[in-house]
Amino acid sequence: MPELRSVVCVKVVPKPEEVRVDPQTRLLDRLNARSEINPPDMNALEMALDLKDRYGGSISLLSMGPASFEPYLRVGLAMGCDHIYLLSDRAFAGADTLATTYTLAQAIHKLGGADLVFCGEESSDGATGQVPSGLAEWLDKAQLTLLTEIDVDLELKVAVGRREIKGGYEILEVPLPCVVSVRTAANEPRFMDYRLKEWAFEPQEAGRPGRVTIWSASDLDADPDCIGLNGSPTWVSELAQASSRHRKRLFLEGTNSEIAVQLVKLIQDNL
Amino acid sequence: MVASLYPHNLENKILLVYLEQDQGQLEGVSLELLGKGRALVDQMNLFENSNNWKIAGLLLGDQVQGLASQSISCGADEIYLADHPLLHDFTIEAFSRVAFQVVLETRPSVFLLGATPNGRDLAGRLAVRLRTGLNADCTGLEMEAEKGILVSEVSGFGGGVLAMIQMQQHRPQMATVRPGVFSALEADPHKTGKVISVDVDLTTEMVHTRLVERSVGQEVDLRKVPVLVAGGRGMHGDFITLQQLAQLLGGEVGATRPPVDEGHIERERQIGQTGVVCSPKIALCCGISGAFHFVVGIEKAVTVIAINSDPQASIFESADYCVLGDVHQVIPALIAELEKQGWSASSHNEGRGIADREAAYA
Repeated sequence: MPELRSVVCVKVVPKPEEVRVDPQTRLLDRLNARSEINPPDMNALEMALDLKDRYGGSISLLSMGPASFEPYLRVGLAMGCDHIYLLSDRAFAGADTLATTYTLAQAIHKLGGADLVFCGEESSDGATGQVPSGLAEWLDKAQLTLLTEIDVDLELKVAVGRREIKGGYEILEVPLPCVVSVRTAANEPRFMDYRLKEWAFEPQEAGRPGRVTIWSASDLDADPDCIGLNGSPTWVSELAQASSRHRKRLFLEGTNSEIAVQLVKLIQDNL
Repeated sequence: MVASLYPHNLENKILLVYLEQDQGQLEGVSLELLGKGRALVDQMNLFENSNNWKIAGLLLGDQVQGLASQSISCGADEIYLADHPLLHDFTIEAFSRVAFQVVLETRPSVFLLGATPNGRDLAGRLAVRLRTGLNADCTGLEMEAEKGILVSEVSGFGGGVLAMIQMQQHRPQMATVRPGVFSALEADPHKTGKVISVDVDLTTEMVHTRLVERSVGQEVDLRKVPVLVAGGRGMHGDFITLQQLAQLLGGEVGATRPPVDEGHIERERQIGQTGVVCSPKIALCCGISGAFHFVVGIEKAVTVIAINSDPQASIFESADYCVLGDVHQVIPALIAELEKQGWSASSHNEGRGIADREAAYA
């Protein structure tokens, strides 16, 4: 039987709980926040690892960003991925969805394609959720989005996914290869494997093929007009602070039943 | 820079709205987009002192002709209708192929879709195929009248920052819009419009996606409920009591992320940055600490009431009325008081909550 080859696309983002918000400016202080793999992408990674547990094969983690992201990505190796590809080049910076999906697709082409390309539902910082279908279009492959479960048949070369929408579900079947987006919180990402941890984090020896590969724009044979700021049709024309509603912050006093009477009155007056 | 398949100087003065339907019912967000699109097009015509700008609907399905007149009565000037058996179920291959064809034939300046699961899938595909930009999950839309530029508001980083996004050269100017942001127009049965039939070139070989099984129910829509009863970690998984309270108040239950992750409540009820942003008249926050990622989800609430036993809980900074107490005691007391005063689940549920919701989506 052919081997299952998966690619998991992940983004490194600042940890939401460590991003402080300045109450005056309402801007995020990202500088002091530690980073992590975007939590929804961890659900995508777990779904890929689960398929690897069942059918074998290999998983490549694919990400884009500065070289400083490398340690965060190595967590993926310690969870069971086989290789990391980090697309790192100043020319990639400022990419919107069109440029990002083009760049990821170029890398997947360079990897020789994949049976399954996994993505998280959306990123915790940008939250556009448009990468999976854009990527599927560049790759010209089928797609299954917002999945909570997946199974593949390697002989028939199909993937079957369960998608929870509209208070119910759909079960869809597409031919492999395909692009999959995974519903946030669809599963419980596994912990790092202690046996893999040392291997995952040991420094790369010079002259030996490493587990982490860094590719630049020229490695990808990327069209300079299609990457980074250059390849991004959209631009931010204005940044504004969301207006924040003034709250009264009045504390109610009394016993529980006295408070209940006050609450009912407040609810009646404000409904 | 890579060019879109047609440039801005070859655009037509058309604002195209994707009319998403499911089993013969138009999605609420599509009607909302017709309402907003109508206003934008009227504004452009006023500025140009002309009638050149039109709002068109793109309606794909099987036996969905009836929805064309509904769309016209809700704001559309013309409807591109693609009716074909292979458009019965949504498949990305069939729908993107026909939508792409209509966009290239009509060359709209603006193309709007609802940010629903299928709307996002379709938009992501089409933006790449058309080599154009996509403003995703927008919470506001304006036209810069002089140049006919669409300016989209997106809320970044959990709603704290608003960014205005636009594109200069690329067409169509695509955007997906979050449901519940705009209001649908009241249907005007006298309004007339044109229905243009699209020649559909589809064969089964073109469709790779197969719908094996489908069972969808009534979607909970927390965005427009009058009362939101939200529970956090401090509820210790007791969402049954909150459900009871919500029913009495004609509202719905929502939650912060931890109870969702722990499986106490469905994910579609998660409020906040990665969940639903709602605008109830009253949000009752029970056992919620008040992390920023949750608070953005109730920022549009008219009145916020918070119950928490921790005087340091930051939720009190985002509340109008604060109760320092144990949710497991205060909420039962509140339920008892409501019942004592004659509130009952059935009357309020039918009278307020559901009627409001139906009105919002009628």
